[in-house]
Amino acid sequence: MNEDIYVLIEHLQGEVAEISYIMLAAARDLAQRTSGEVIGVLLGHDAQDLTSTLAADHIIYADHAALAEFTADAYQKTVASLIQENEPSAFLFGNTSIGADVASVLSARLSLPLVSSCVQISNGKLISQICGGKIMAESDLAETTTLVTIIPGGYKAEEGQSEKSPEIKSFNAPALDDLRVTLKKYVEPEAGDVNISKEAILVSIGRGIQTEDNIELAEELAEFLGATVCASRPIVDQGWLPISRMVGKSGQSVKPKLYLALGISGAPEHVEGMAESEMIIAVNMDPNAPIFDIATYGVEFDFFDLIDPLLEQLEEIE
Amino acid sequence: MANIVAIVKMVPDLVEELEINDEGTGLDRDWLRLIINEFDNHAIEQAILLKEREGGEVTVIAPETEGVEDMLFTTAAKGADRMIKLAGDFEEGVNNHALAHAFAETAKNHQPDLILTGVQANDDLDGPVGPLVAEYLGMPYIGYISGVTLEEGRAIVRKEYPGGLIGEMEVTLPAVLGIQAGEEPPRYVAISKVRQMMKTAEIAEAEISELDFSGGISAKRMYLPEAAERAEMIEGDEEEIAAKLISIFKEAGAL
Amino acid sequence: MPERINYWGIPHSWGEPELYVYAIMFLAAAIMLLQFYRQASLWWKVGRPESRWDKLHIRLGRLIQYAIVQTKVLRQRYPGIMHAAIAWSYFVFFLGTALATVHDHFFEFLHGNTLIVYKFTLDLFTIFFLIGAGMAFYRRYAEKPEKLTLDKGFTWTLWMVTIIVLGGLFTESLRLAVERPDWGAWSVAGWLLARLWISTGATETTLTNWHLGVWVFHLLSVALTLVTLPTGTLLHALTGPLNAFFSELDRPMGALAPAAETAEGEPIFASKLSDLTWKQLLDGDACTECGRCQDACPAFNAGTPLSPKQFILSLRDSLHHNGSKPKLAGEAIPEDVLWACTTCGACVYECPVLIEHIDTIVDLRRYLVIEGMVDAELQTALTNLGRYGNSFGKSERMRAKWSKGMEPKVKNANKERVEYLWFVGDYASYSPTLTEITKQTAEVFQQIGLDFGIMYKGENHAGNDVRRVGEEGLFEMLVEKNIKAMSKADYQAIVTTDPHSYNTLKNEYPANGGHPVLHYTELLDQLIASGKLKFSKKLGYKVTYHDPCYLGRYNGIYDAPRRVIEATGCEIVEMPRNKDCALCCGAGGGRIWMEEGEIKERPSESRIREAAALENVTDFIVACPKDVTMYSDAVKTVGAEESVVVKDLIELVYEAL
Repeated sequence: MNEDIYVLIEHLQGEVAEISYIMLAAARDLAQRTSGEVIGVLLGHDAQDLTSTLAADHIIYADHAALAEFTADAYQKTVASLIQENEPSAFLFGNTSIGADVASVLSARLSLPLVSSCVQISNGKLISQICGGKIMAESDLAETTTLVTIIPGGYKAEEGQSEKSPEIKSFNAPALDDLRVTLKKYVEPEAGDVNISKEAILVSIGRGIQTEDNIELAEELAEFLGATVCASRPIVDQGWLPISRMVGKSGQSVKPKLYLALGISGAPEHVEGMAESEMIIAVNMDPNAPIFDIATYGVEFDFFDLIDPLLEQLEEIE
Repeated sequence: MANIVAIVKMVPDLVEELEINDEGTGLDRDWLRLIINEFDNHAIEQAILLKEREGGEVTVIAPETEGVEDMLFTTAAKGADRMIKLAGDFEEGVNNHALAHAFAETAKNHQPDLILTGVQANDDLDGPVGPLVAEYLGMPYIGYISGVTLEEGRAIVRKEYPGGLIGEMEVTLPAVLGIQAGEEPPRYVAISKVRQMMKTAEIAEAEISELDFSGGISAKRMYLPEAAERAEMIEGDEEEIAAKLISIFKEAGAL
Repeated sequence: MPERINYWGIPHSWGEPELYVYAIMFLAAAIMLLQFYRQASLWWKVGRPESRWDKLHIRLGRLIQYAIVQTKVLRQRYPGIMHAAIAWSYFVFFLGTALATVHDHFFEFLHGNTLIVYKFTLDLFTIFFLIGAGMAFYRRYAEKPEKLTLDKGFTWTLWMVTIIVLGGLFTESLRLAVERPDWGAWSVAGWLLARLWISTGATETTLTNWHLGVWVFHLLSVALTLVTLPTGTLLHALTGPLNAFFSELDRPMGALAPAAETAEGEPIFASKLSDLTWKQLLDGDACTECGRCQDACPAFNAGTPLSPKQFILSLRDSLHHNGSKPKLAGEAIPEDVLWACTTCGACVYECPVLIEHIDTIVDLRRYLVIEGMVDAELQTALTNLGRYGNSFGKSERMRAKWSKGMEPKVKNANKERVEYLWFVGDYASYSPTLTEITKQTAEVFQQIGLDFGIMYKGENHAGNDVRRVGEEGLFEMLVEKNIKAMSKADYQAIVTTDPHSYNTLKNEYPANGGHPVLHYTELLDQLIASGKLKFSKKLGYKVTYHDPCYLGRYNGIYDAPRRVIEATGCEIVEMPRNKDCALCCGAGGGRIWMEEGEIKERPSESRIREAAALENVTDFIVACPKDVTMYSDAVKTVGAEESVVVKDLIELVYEAL
């Protein structure tokens, strides 16, 4: 086994996913501990151009027609062969629709230990966030290659970006036939009325809002602030807001100047879509809600009791 | 006609305050209240929807923990045909690798065309259970699924990507799918229906061989998030808080 | 001496008048009965059996009270007088005709003064009838209130009953015009009209001929009315009394019947007519379409799709035009109609013929629940109730969080003996806006030295509204849990904050060793009466009081809260809709857990407007935690912050102590 930390670079439709930079930043922390290098692993087809902004010591690039778009089977085979060949100290994957499908399977296939939901590297230890962000768990790297899935929250994307393009070493993908999974097509999301990822101020609502009627109140508030209303998954699952307004995993990643989180507990799936907001104000009744861990300001209050005086005072100002 | 197996587990109910055990290595299980993993609940719903649409049978497998019987009777009331409880020492919590071995061993006996499970669970520390089961059984795995259509020998699934993008994928059967959301939200079952099931339905017990923890990890230490990392809390009555918020809004240029 | 002359002016060349009169009437009656049987037999052919033949004396009493005296009909002045004038007159005419028959064939007694009294009474009621009929015509043709069904059936009925009476009057007056007996003026109405005939100068022969014509017309119109009765709107004259006679006796209004079971013990979830009992089907045929239920219904007035009248009528339509929509819930009766009901009981309370709307609505809701046809919000609430014993989805360990920091600590009734077991209820326990009020309640109890305790996490939602949502299994589960906790406690009486808990604990829970259940307003009232609760201040506010449905209409507690309010030195100004006419806040029957849907005006807003219109009234006093929530919201939406403040009754008590 060597000391290097490998990162599976995620990309979708010709763009590097933000999680890739976050992983590179985390990998840098780990590599300092193991005195190894940070190596980005890019699988794709005619995708070399994607490497230019990656803060890696070098890139291992596997080019193959079957890797043009993500499919679990092809990725698993390629990454497995790479691990067997190079035996890195750790291999980082996003805890995402791409990385999670690969990491777990390889853990079983190669009998390698897997640490999931890692949010931070602290003194070479892997800190995972579980139970909706209410519990932190600390694990060590194992003697063999340790597979790690990373969730956003601990590192900023900029920390994993670099001006200078890293050196690319190519890697021959193994035979990629008899694939059991194939991509038929992408279905683009229905264009929403607004693109929340471009908005400067967001009023975001979660389960704590309780009933559909209360969305009106959030909209009133948003109007005062010149903001747009967005939501966490439960609100969208209820059909109260369109999917174009969903923040978090499977939804939009947003970086507004101000993110007002109303009745949102702050589960990691949501936090990963908004953790990089410049300022976060969280209103939640539960003093232990994880949202308070990432918020700039917190209010331990029932949204309903606060909204009326808030709207009234805003009205007076107008 | 598909033979569908749903593999599900109970996880800590986050409604309760969680505590760490004296050793500092895990949750204090005395204080835990368990609830079905919400993604597993979606997997069950998806299984029942497929059965209603395409025919077939649904078998639900869950490890024996507190509350698992009520949960299994509830799935029976929703329309599951067979409920199986994995008998073993699960109460103290096991890692997903051990659990996946047990699931795989039991699921294999039912020759499933499709295995559905939640894409993740709130207590996963060594990856989700679905891909592990898939690999132990030599089946393909796709996670983050929010829609399934069955065809001859294959399934067409909707896989969710960030930003609302959907990948329509084809997978050969048998396969394991990690469900993000069922096509419909989990249905409500009346308590009297569940109670009826308690009288009439049977939960089979599956003996499993020794739990195999290999590949999983156990945390060296667990702790609650530190208060130091937390937000600056705004105190006062609602009027005062509202006033302070407004001044923050102004500072941030929102007003 | 005045004598009654039978068949005056009927030529005997026609044969014995008795023969053909009786022949025609018997034939008409036979057709009527046959028709009625064909209608009515559907009740037991389609509906499930249910025994309602017990306690005949009480049933007879109800028949007299509701069908003959018509106390419910008389609750509203105009339609009350109108209907009583018509119905009572007909009772008298019927009796008069029966007496005449007795006189003719069995026992002659209608002569002399008896005959004069007889004639005078009949004529008096003729006038009374004409007043009633006049009111009915005015209402139907000029006033046309929304609640009324304005269709041909009713018009036909009104015309027929009027024509019959006018026919009788004309017959009598023409006879009087020819006969001119010296006691004729006692037939007041007939005599007045007779003088009109006389003034025309028509000869006796002409008048006698006219009489003959009118008499024949009168006879035939009676026969025609009888024949058409079972298929027309007059049917209610038979079904209304039957419905009153067979009305529910065995349980109070606040107790719902559990889901019925088949012979094999399987529960029946009513989805079609044959799942309902014959009595529930009779309800449909008994409906007089008077619309009082609809007028009183908060859901209807809020603009929801529910009209209790339409609901009952769709049962009738399904029964008699069966085949097209054999399924009730979701087909003949849309789901949103069933979910709109707040179970406030106003429809049942107002119905002149004692139709039991809510029982059937809940029966059909039970079917929707068992089929999983519940909206997302309700589903969340029910799931939470099943899991945590409260609709808030909070841990049961947090149930008594409101009491944190109170000194002395509130006793745990599951651990120590207490005199009063305080059943706090979900809203008072968990709703953050109510914490202060719940604390004040505890402080009042402590200050007056009440020996009380709560069950902490042992308490579960009492289940009143769970049951009314139609989730009977969950209700049973909650009852079991509460009974288990209560059986561990040693107490003398239960006191509740929430009228909903109060209702189900009092009326639906299995008897708990005979311990009384009190609402806190009743308890305070008792303590004031016994001198244990004395106030140091007279508040002097002018307030109005809102009767919670489950305290007022369901359990008749109107005076206790008012006495307590007055004891704090406040003056009560009643809203127009008060006591048994109080308007529901809109939260009951599980509505507080459901999606609101499209509405015109929330009941709570209508109520606040009603209160805000009262002069100088500053406070809107409630005695139900849900009311505090509902009306505080309504005050804001209506913008009535300047005129009224919503307060729980306990806040007045706390302030005046």
